[in-house]
Amino acid sequence: MSTPEFPGTGPDADDLGLTELTHEQREVAGLSQGQIARRRFVRHKLAMVGLATLLAIVALAVSSIGAGPIPGWYEYQHNEMVPIQEKEGPHMSLRPTWLGGDGVQFGDHPFGVDNQNGRDLFAQTMRGVQVSLVVIVVLALLSVTLGVLIGALSGYFGGWLDQILMRVTDVILILPLLVIVAVAAFSFGWSGLWSVALALGIFSWTGLARLVRAEFLALREREFVDAARVAGASSWRIIFKHILPNTLGTIIVSTTLLMGGGILTEAALSYIGFGIQAPNVSLGSLASDYARSFNARPHLFVFPGVFIILIVLCLQFIGDGLRDAFDPRQKRIPKFKDLESKAQQVATQMVEETKAARGDLPTYGRQT
Amino acid sequence: MLTFLVRRIIASALLLLVASFFVYILLTYAGDPLGFLNEITDPKIREDIRLSVIDRMSLDTPRVIRYFHWLGDVVRGDFGISTRTQLSVNDELASRLPLTLKLVFGASILSTVLGVTTGIVTALRQYSGFDYIVTFFTFLFFSLPVFWVAVILKKWGGLDFNDWWRDGAKMPTWLIVTAGIFAAVIAYSIAGGRWPRRSAIAAAGGLAGAGLFLYLSEAGWFVNPGIGLAVLIPLGLALAVAATAVFAGIKNQRALGASLTTAVIGMIVYLPIQPYLDGPRFGWWHALLLLVITLAVSVGVGFAWGGYDRGLSAKVAALVGFLISFLIFVDRHLQSWNAYATDSITRNRPIKTVGHSEPRFSGKGFWIINNDAFAHMILPTLALMLISLAGYTRYTRASMLEVLNLDYIRTARAKGLTERTVVVRHGLRNALIPLATIVAFDIGGMLGGAVITETVFEWAGMGRMFIDGLGNLDPNVVMAATMVVGATAVVANILADVAYSVLDPRIRLNA
Repeated sequence: MSTPEFPGTGPDADDLGLTELTHEQREVAGLSQGQIARRRFVRHKLAMVGLATLLAIVALAVSSIGAGPIPGWYEYQHNEMVPIQEKEGPHMSLRPTWLGGDGVQFGDHPFGVDNQNGRDLFAQTMRGVQVSLVVIVVLALLSVTLGVLIGALSGYFGGWLDQILMRVTDVILILPLLVIVAVAAFSFGWSGLWSVALALGIFSWTGLARLVRAEFLALREREFVDAARVAGASSWRIIFKHILPNTLGTIIVSTTLLMGGGILTEAALSYIGFGIQAPNVSLGSLASDYARSFNARPHLFVFPGVFIILIVLCLQFIGDGLRDAFDPRQKRIPKFKDLESKAQQVATQMVEETKAARGDLPTYGRQT
Repeated sequence: MLTFLVRRIIASALLLLVASFFVYILLTYAGDPLGFLNEITDPKIREDIRLSVIDRMSLDTPRVIRYFHWLGDVVRGDFGISTRTQLSVNDELASRLPLTLKLVFGASILSTVLGVTTGIVTALRQYSGFDYIVTFFTFLFFSLPVFWVAVILKKWGGLDFNDWWRDGAKMPTWLIVTAGIFAAVIAYSIAGGRWPRRSAIAAAGGLAGAGLFLYLSEAGWFVNPGIGLAVLIPLGLALAVAATAVFAGIKNQRALGASLTTAVIGMIVYLPIQPYLDGPRFGWWHALLLLVITLAVSVGVGFAWGGYDRGLSAKVAALVGFLISFLIFVDRHLQSWNAYATDSITRNRPIKTVGHSEPRFSGKGFWIINNDAFAHMILPTLALMLISLAGYTRYTRASMLEVLNLDYIRTARAKGLTERTVVVRHGLRNALIPLATIVAFDIGGMLGGAVITETVFEWAGMGRMFIDGLGNLDPNVVMAATMVVGATAVVANILADVAYSVLDPRIRLNA
């Protein structure tokens, strides 16, 4: 144990968190950007809860009614006739018998049935979850491709290309997304899964393109880009290998939020009659089809809506966690209690070590 | 500035032009606008209408040329005719636009005021229980499909509320207890200091909340609401003290005096002014006149108290004057509530879930008509508000936190300014600047949201016009709605840029 030459630079001071290398800096020492982000994300409780819930919903939707070749464990399909049930409402029960309920059970038709059309609501809702998820995945792929490409070209090259691309973006941004997608979907008679996803994706990239462009504008002036250019890298390589990885955080965060917004826009579109229509079902189309029967048969309207809210809420939480994870300004404020106990620990350890070194020190250190 | 404005307007007009071309051409692919003719059975009438519509909309020309025909008319201020009704779209627009604007601006103002206030409080009490509750609700509000909320509001806020009102409007015990607990939690989170003080404040807040609701419910306030002098006096004094404490500091004797004087003048005026308010000819112009007089008197009081900072006293007094007169205005509306709700037209179902106003109330007096408009507007406005409310809360909180961490705030604290001055003068003013942009952006989003809200609540506004036009393959109607929505968004954006440059001297619009 040597006496530190400068106050606040020795290993002891370091343990006490007194050096320039602060709490959060020491935490990330030796880790790559990706690792740091991943660690922060995994520690974000709300984001983890959101991710787990979302995965559970996906697992439930895929396993219950099956998808493609995968057979499901649930008895009915979304387009299968169900005989008229005496009890139309949900058969699922969460109240145990000792509280005066029917006991915790799943029931034959957990979310109830639609007697008028002879449909099982659980199967329909699960199908709706699948369709809505496919829609937002397609939407995300499309808008990321378009948004990143347009934003990158615009920001990197500037000049007339930037002018043209940004004016195109402005034209789309000038009208509310709902209005423009409704017109497009209606004009081409799009009411299927893929075409609605396509229509949403074609018009949702604008925000992302602007964000990516702003990042590129800032990053292209940096030294590492100059270095790459001097080393003879092509523009293409600089864009995709050098600048793009640095904008990944922005892209991922905004795509997550875009996906949440996509479900809501799709639902709104279905409600005004220009989105996914029967015989296809999405969560939005289910909720809007049953909106009129809310007074008499509320379960038909409530369950699909709750799933919309759950999925969007999960995506929001994940997006929030990602934002915190990628934000370099983000600081984890250590709790005072933690600091105190850490200082106590270190002090004890120091005393022990010194005692061991000298062998004759009285134990005054412990009493403080 | 002027060059910037001209440039922005020209650029926006061009953008709008391109967008209109794009939408117009898309619409021509949507289908045959004359398809509805098959519903007409008489072949002669059908042929007549067909020829006349083709002629008036130049449907026989290629689509691009047709667009320029349409554009020429629009530049001259004529949006053409609807294919289905053969009526002028202009007339329809004129009757529908005010309704949508009323809805959108009402929701905008309410959500800005509420959202900004909540955002500031959550920023000042970061990581408190209140902050977490609000954060959770903003996430939740962001995740709600507008139509889903609107349908549920229609049921709970409309049908169920009306039933409850008809049955005597008594609050159940569980609701009162919940309200009390809620008030206690919020009071605990907002209050500063150590836990004994905060618990005391929380208990007081909870009891006050529960007691208030219990009293209101038992006294039949919901059946026959009003504010009255008994509440106006303490409330007015409290408002005067609070406004002074926030904007001038409670130690500023002259400002406190000015605002208290204004509040007292308001209370003295309360009774004598009632006959004037009851007058049959009272209308919006009279209300405006009263407001101007109120503000003039308040500013006068502020100046009369004088002191080195007369302007500040005048401002605070004007704010108090505005609040008190607003209370009196609301009170007069509440007095008419029972008459409105029990009217033979309303028949004890006060909250309306359909339409924008009841035409049969015309001529029944200013207050009844306003109550009716309010009863029609409340639910759609709430539905429209929720999402932007969440947005404003989030933005204000983030903006306030960012500003409070800046160097000049530390300087302000270091030189010994009071916390109030630091937060209100140095923090708040700077934190609110970016909101100008958000508000403008949000108005565009709200116009989109209005499409849904108007459908659920069957408002005959622009949104309905858009959807009906699209469903009927009526190109001129859709184009008119789209253009107005686009133009509103554009104008809001330009105004935001101007406001930004006025509020923030670092930004110059010379580009």
